[in-house]
Amino acid sequence: MRCKDTRELIGAYIDGELDLARSLDIEGHLLECSICSRESDNQRSLHRAIKSAELYFEAPPALEKRIRTGLGLSIRSEAKRWSLSWRWPIAGASVAATVAILLFAALMLNRRQNGDLLAQDVVSSHMRSLIPGHTIDVLSTDQHTVKPWFNGRLDFSPPVKDLTGIGFNLTGGRLDYVDSRPVAVVVYTRRLHTINLYIWPSNTDANAGDAATARQGYNLIHWTKEGMIFWAVSDLNTSELHDFVKAQRE
Amino acid sequence: MRSLEQDKLASFERAVLPHLGAAYNLARWLTRNEHDAEDVAQEAYMRAFKFFGGFRGGDSRSWLLTIVRNTCYTWMNQNRSRDLTTVLDEEIHTVESEGLDPEALLLEKVNSDVLKRALDELSMEFREAVVLRELEEMSYKEIAEISGVPLGTVMSRLARGRKQLQQVLTGGKGKRARASNFSRP
Repeated sequence: MRCKDTRELIGAYIDGELDLARSLDIEGHLLECSICSRESDNQRSLHRAIKSAELYFEAPPALEKRIRTGLGLSIRSEAKRWSLSWRWPIAGASVAATVAILLFAALMLNRRQNGDLLAQDVVSSHMRSLIPGHTIDVLSTDQHTVKPWFNGRLDFSPPVKDLTGIGFNLTGGRLDYVDSRPVAVVVYTRRLHTINLYIWPSNTDANAGDAATARQGYNLIHWTKEGMIFWAVSDLNTSELHDFVKAQRE
Repeated sequence: MRSLEQDKLASFERAVLPHLGAAYNLARWLTRNEHDAEDVAQEAYMRAFKFFGGFRGGDSRSWLLTIVRNTCYTWMNQNRSRDLTTVLDEEIHTVESEGLDPEALLLEKVNSDVLKRALDELSMEFREAVVLRELEEMSYKEIAEISGVPLGTVMSRLARGRKQLQQVLTGGKGKRARASNFSRP
């Protein structure tokens, strides 16, 4: 066996994937050729290095619970799916909205590779929403009050829809900052759940179909339409949140 | 008496759920992000259950990882298409990397972070092959099935991926390896 052939097959040889005939050939060649023999040692060293580096990522335990629940299988531990171990005693829109922002911010942090600038924005936004009375800037269930309120405060006009007919109640709106820019937030409720709908203009004009994700018990759905980016965040279940999104997108 | 659906669920739980670790690990290496990996793994499992009726036995881990891999690529296409562009392969194919001392690979001293970064920087196809081989210890045949490519392609991707790793670990990117100039036997 010649060096060229050997070098092509050396990986497979070390992996034990070569047929016997060629394995024997290579074995013989390695005894005679110091170059190929060194290459063989290099490959084995690399293999050992990878093994010793412990590069296997363990699945987080919460993942199994999510998957089991999604399939309808019993969860082996006692923890309930949507239970938050840090449920705050104060119920209400402000708490849920704060958490929604924080998790939305965490989501944005994870999606962006350079976190520093965004982190600062997010922290500012978060701290602002913690100030009592700052969850909702304009308190009104009337779309004809909420939408114009954004004029003069933002350089774009977000669509504000009345979805009372299908059980999503407009609560009000506020300004916020995400991704270094001011954004509109239109706040809805369904039963005890708050839905924050973040809206801001897109850089591109591309429409994008809705993409859903979830973070630690909160559901997020985002889409782009007619030059506006939308993010709906809530602890409402995905099915109803999708109804909300569908109605928004009409 | 249990319904067919319950039987299917029980069967799925026995055969496929135990490979969650492998599913997550592969998704984590391909998407390079733990939250994305969780989402992909979850979606892959939902799809797997949907297709479970067509699973005729055999290696359930391979079967599941085929779905995971496919779900990763689809997901990346939809969400992070710019990450799919292939990193230029810097290897020079016919070249001898002469003078590479195995000790230079510093196996016990290799920083885990350095290796992780090096693996992260491989193109997705090379990374996939290396992860399935080195971390999941799958055979070339299994890797070929999961990746949906011929055996020869698996061998090639592995060889090139490993070569790139070696170059990174020995600081070989700066080094120019000499063209072979010795006579071949």
